[in-house]
Amino acid sequence: MQLTNRRKVVSDKKQTVMEQLYLPGLLKGMLITGSHLFKKRATVDYPDEKRPIAPIYRGLHVLKRDDNGAERCTSCGMCAVACPAEAITMESGERKKGEEHLYREEKYAKIYEINMLRCIFCGLCEEACPKEAIFLTDRLVDAEYERDDFIYGKDKLVEKMDQRIDVTKRQTPEVLEFKKIKGLKHNELHDPKKLKDKH
Amino acid sequence: MSTLLLNIPVTQYMFYFLSFVAFLCAIMVVASKNPIHSILYLIITFFAIAGHYLLLNAQFLAVVHIIVYAGAIMVLFLYVIMMMNLNEDTESHKHIYLKFAAVGSALLLLITLVAALKGAEKLTAAAPLNTNVGLIKNLGTTLFGEYLFPFEVSSILLLAAMVGAIMIGKKDIK
Amino acid sequence: MLVIWSFIIYKAIMCVAVFAVSLAIAAYSTWWERKFAGWLQDRYGPKRAGPFGLFQPLADGGKLFFKEEIIPNVSNKFLFILGPSLVMITALMTGAVIPWGRPLHLNNGDIFALQITDLNIGFLYLLGVVSVGVYGIMIGGWASNNKYALLGAIRASSQMISYEVAMGLAVIALVISSGGSLSLTDIYESQGDGGLANVCWQPLGFIIFFVCALAETNRAPFDLPECEAELVGGYHTEYSSMKLGLFLFAEYINMFISSAIMAGVYFGGYNMPEWFENLYRSHVSLDTFAIIGMACYVTKIFIFISVFMWIRWTIPRFRYDQLMNLGWKILIPLSLLNLALTVGVEFLRGNITI
Repeated sequence: MQLTNRRKVVSDKKQTVMEQLYLPGLLKGMLITGSHLFKKRATVDYPDEKRPIAPIYRGLHVLKRDDNGAERCTSCGMCAVACPAEAITMESGERKKGEEHLYREEKYAKIYEINMLRCIFCGLCEEACPKEAIFLTDRLVDAEYERDDFIYGKDKLVEKMDQRIDVTKRQTPEVLEFKKIKGLKHNELHDPKKLKDKH
Repeated sequence: MSTLLLNIPVTQYMFYFLSFVAFLCAIMVVASKNPIHSILYLIITFFAIAGHYLLLNAQFLAVVHIIVYAGAIMVLFLYVIMMMNLNEDTESHKHIYLKFAAVGSALLLLITLVAALKGAEKLTAAAPLNTNVGLIKNLGTTLFGEYLFPFEVSSILLLAAMVGAIMIGKKDIK
Repeated sequence: MLVIWSFIIYKAIMCVAVFAVSLAIAAYSTWWERKFAGWLQDRYGPKRAGPFGLFQPLADGGKLFFKEEIIPNVSNKFLFILGPSLVMITALMTGAVIPWGRPLHLNNGDIFALQITDLNIGFLYLLGVVSVGVYGIMIGGWASNNKYALLGAIRASSQMISYEVAMGLAVIALVISSGGSLSLTDIYESQGDGGLANVCWQPLGFIIFFVCALAETNRAPFDLPECEAELVGGYHTEYSSMKLGLFLFAEYINMFISSAIMAGVYFGGYNMPEWFENLYRSHVSLDTFAIIGMACYVTKIFIFISVFMWIRWTIPRFRYDQLMNLGWKILIPLSLLNLALTVGVEFLRGNITI
């Protein structure tokens, strides 16, 4: 079986005179490296110039709010269960009276933490979420000096209302359809069409 | 005293300084416990002697002395001693007779040197007068003209020594 | 008396200039090495510090100065400090005999020689200083009291001694073919005024000298003394802060000086090809001519430094036995052959008589 056309059979045959002279080989090598002086750069000048990122790039997570500004997360724990790296922990709390504008459901996540050093950015949490609350975005996790700083709490994860994060690229009808095909029952509950049928 | 010092030319001061350095370091070569330090003192001694050659207008000899002795032979010495990892505590105790024998032979060598140099007073006085004596051209003409035979004989001696070293160094002789 | 004073002042200016230029070129060689390596590898190279990363050497130097300086407890402190100092001193000493250009004529009628001193044994002085330079590495490596450092030092010393022999033989052949003088000025002048560059008479000698220069400066592919794959950091494993900087800096100064020597003795130094010289020589003054010659010399040195770097980023390091085989079994016989050929050719040209 031949995988590439660049394979070479290794042998311990004697070197020819030209090979033993070394200098021709050296010159050949130098011409090869020298030709790279005139080739296009393989790198970009990173902080000033960034490579395009795919619109559905799986980067830093966001916890979405709904249009009224209430957190969508209901602290069901599906994401933590789905997480293969066990990067997500959370603690639930009960919504008090007068907090309806903060939390959409009666139960909410008091603490929601993702350890970015453990996270493998697979997107299974997003897939498992019944409330369309967690999404992966095209943002990157910043570098930090301390390991503790990589445990992102709600202060970093929940989106701000004045700078909302657009996730429509990751929440297309096809995606919603896909979630249904996967047979995740809880997703059906939130399907607007299905809900309408039920009522 | 001061007038006496002023009357001496600068080269004389340099001569005394270099001799002092050479002697001090030569003594330190023998006296220091650490063999690496001995070697380093020996290198300084060689440099002082190279300075003496310069005072005698023998620039070529001075530089060759540095290249050959300080630059090659002493590097090999240093190399070997570094590899052997000799320390103060690994120094073996020498027998008292051996020490006496060493002192005796050193004295004999000193007597021979003094006797040999006693007859050479005229040579040292004449050398600095001729500024061209140290140039390579003159040295080469002398070496390959007047002293051709001793020169070739010494080269054969060196060749023999080299062959001998290779023979000793060879692992299995068939 | 006035003549002597002006002489001393001129020489002092020249000393300081050579010292400063050596250091500056060494500093900017590090920048150029990184930039050039970047280009060879389809990268940018340093570009964040200043325009084109030109302040990178300053940033590196500042970093090295302010880093914590560690002297190992079990090391020999005096020798530990002496090692890098010696390396730096010998590296800077080599610049003293190189003629950087034709003498300038000052307004007051004095002649300002662009050379610190013209020894009649200039080339031997260079070899002598280079051979002493190995002590810095050896002493530093030994005083570190570290096995890797010691092995690096031993490699450096054996490598430098081995390649000095072939280098010396190549130099002898060069001196024979360029008129029999060891003074660098004479060798440079012998290539001017319509004379061919020495590389035309000594192509083999030049290749031998070039390979030996690579080995003497511990540059790739002969950088076994600091082979990080085998010896951690080689002879400077235990060094930190500016003492490490001195070792690295001295390497670049050595590279600059050996490039200057090769560009000078084999490629004519401040001399130019005759057709190029004839284009403008009648139109300019003697001083302008000297300055153009100096610029020409600097260009040649720059090309040599770049070739050094080009080689470094092209070929891998030799194995140690390959290094020794190349030195003793190939280069020395070749340089002896070159010597014999040179003598034969010079005899036929009538430059040598019996």
